Amino acid sequence: MSAIQPPARRVWWKQPVDRVEIVWIAIALVWCLIMFFFMPYWHVYGEQNYSGEAYRVNPQDYVAKVNEFVEEYTVRHETDRQVPVVRPPAGGDVYLLARLWDWYPILELEAGETYRFHVSSADWQHGLSIQPININFQVLPGYDMVLNVTPTEPGEYAVVCNEYCGIMHHTMMSRIYVVDN
Amino acid sequence: MQPQFRTCPESGLVFHRPAENLIKANAVAAVVFLAVGGLLGLLVALTRWPAVQILNAQDFYTVLTGHGVVMLLVWILFFEIALLYFCSSVLLRCRIATPRLGWVAFGLMIGGAAITSWAIIAGSSSVMMTSYVPMPAAPGFYFGLILFAVGALIGVFMFFGTLVIARDEKTYEGSIPLVTFGALTAAILAVFTIACGAIILIPTWLWSIGYISEIDPLMYRLVWWGLGHTSQQINVAAHVSVWYAVAAIVFGARPMSEKVSRGAFFLYILFISVASAHHLLGDPGLSTEWKIFNTSYVMYLAVLASLVHGLTVPGSIEVAQREKGHNRGLFEWLRKAPWGNPVFSGMFLSLVGFGFIGGISGVVMGSEQINFLIHNTIYVPGHFHATVVLGTTLAFMAMSLWLVPVLFRRKLFMPGLAKWQPWLFGIGTALQTFFMMGAGTLGVSRRHWDMAFTGSAFEWTYPGMAYTMMALNGISAVIAVLGGMIFVVVIVGTVLFGQKTSPAEYSSTRPGILRGPAESLSGHSHAGLGVKGFPAPGTFVLAMFLLLIFVVYFFINYGYLASVWRFS
Ligand SMILES: [Cu+2]
Repeated sequence: MSAIQPPARRVWWKQPVDRVEIVWIAIALVWCLIMFFFMPYWHVYGEQNYSGEAYRVNPQDYVAKVNEFVEEYTVRHETDRQVPVVRPPAGGDVYLLARLWDWYPILELEAGETYRFHVSSADWQHGLSIQPININFQVLPGYDMVLNVTPTEPGEYAVVCNEYCGIMHHTMMSRIYVVDN
Repeated sequence: MQPQFRTCPESGLVFHRPAENLIKANAVAAVVFLAVGGLLGLLVALTRWPAVQILNAQDFYTVLTGHGVVMLLVWILFFEIALLYFCSSVLLRCRIATPRLGWVAFGLMIGGAAITSWAIIAGSSSVMMTSYVPMPAAPGFYFGLILFAVGALIGVFMFFGTLVIARDEKTYEGSIPLVTFGALTAAILAVFTIACGAIILIPTWLWSIGYISEIDPLMYRLVWWGLGHTSQQINVAAHVSVWYAVAAIVFGARPMSEKVSRGAFFLYILFISVASAHHLLGDPGLSTEWKIFNTSYVMYLAVLASLVHGLTVPGSIEVAQREKGHNRGLFEWLRKAPWGNPVFSGMFLSLVGFGFIGGISGVVMGSEQINFLIHNTIYVPGHFHATVVLGTTLAFMAMSLWLVPVLFRRKLFMPGLAKWQPWLFGIGTALQTFFMMGAGTLGVSRRHWDMAFTGSAFEWTYPGMAYTMMALNGISAVIAVLGGMIFVVVIVGTVLFGQKTSPAEYSSTRPGILRGPAESLSGHSHAGLGVKGFPAPGTFVLAMFLLLIFVVYFFINYGYLASVWRFS
């Protein structure tokens, strides 16, 4: 019963190692190294990465920015609550605000164009989840997260909150429209 | 001075009376909380089963918070404290350090758990186990957790103290046993974890009573995950120790090589605590270099350690079985294993489930970019049910089914029923993890009361397959809970009604010194065993199978990632 007894040899690190262990450690190490190099490889050559760009921001200032953005580029309103649909110029800045319990505003983007996408929260933590492509980020109050986003396929996308933010959390949803240019 | 030590006639273990009482108290508290948390878990699963949806939204978020706190912290830490006392005092045949302080620790943990539970039940603290600021919980929620953590920390230091006593009083020969070494790993990780908990929970508590005006949410997440993730690494170190212990108890298995197994535990100490960075991969502001260092360089060395244990634990069983004559073919050792013994079947299901489901999914979701595909989807609970429930809880259950009869000097209650326990619990949980991970891959959010978004201004429907999977998850949870209920019935029944074996006889003479096995056993010449110089070829084949699935799954996920929008 050696695992619950002291090692048979006082100097246990001199106990010989079985061949099966050596071979397995070598194979496992190689696989760990492959995974290790794959992340930086994807960071350089892959097209889905987040570079870490973010700015400290006062939530009120961020809300003001979003309102400015909405005023400038609104093209129509939707739903009973008259949520603005905003179509920003390609290549420009896009602002998305998370707050209890909606995403503001609805966005209309052109497929194949790249946008500077800002997202932040006015109150608590939220989760930006774009469906059905299933891309997910954490949204924090006080941090303006910047992503360079290129929507590839036209369609109607749902924006879901996937970080618990209170009793109506499951109703916190919006849209992104991606249209052909 | 009354007699203090007894030797168990069946197991040969030596119990110090105050240690024995502390182990009993902590183990019983653990099982009680497991029963409570299990019922809360059933309510969660039945609510997320779209056709059933048993709770309303408010109750669901309350129950989900309770389930997380009770299961991930309370049940597991009570059991681990019992395990630490066992691995020090009992395995080293020595008196336990400061037993009175042990009761203080126990009281703090019970009191803390009660205060936090009350804050949750009162409905003012549905903030989930993560309690991300600035969403507030009642001050009692944080305060109870702090008390609980202080109690656990005292227990951990009693473990260190007991090791010192054993060494001073020379109750064992040479080095501490491998299982105790694994427990030491868990204890060291526990100190780091509880330190992180104190650094973040104390200011958060002060914030909740209005003494501090603001807590930075990113800083909170960074430090909190030092607690939240590392506490689960204590579990890994603890349940790997339990695997080695069960292999020794059931098969008389020896570690294939002390050097390799201990080295792997040592890698956990060095690297695993930093792996918590993988919770922050979708967060704003953390640099790529920081993420790659923490999640790849550091995490993969910890992953290597788990891969090593994944070979050496079943390998040691294979060698022991082959030495007993089950030496034919690749898998005779496995076929002839005692599958009807729940101590073994529970341990082996834990090993396979943790390795194949928990380990692989954990590494894949911990990759810098893949994380975006599953961050905060129900894939995440799918993954950690594979590690913490299938891995840790099932291993602890298997250990309990052996330890409780030994501790209480009673025969196992309803052994025929106990036989089914690991299978129902293990298979039910394994299916749950598959279905949750599947639904998460299809985008289903975690912590959502209603995946149909009732009450939202917009409509969105997840694929029909996602609904099916959440229903199957509910059914699997019912199976798992049935297995959990059998566990509670068997353990409580054993303690209360189990047929008494010989009464515990304490003696005033000190037990003999704990020695290693005779040198002849340890010549480590596995000659004549296995195939082509591989003493455990069957295990090696299983390990290669695991690796194959690992590689395929890793690249499938990158393939899927490549098909979504481009972002940088
Ligand atoms: Cu939200």
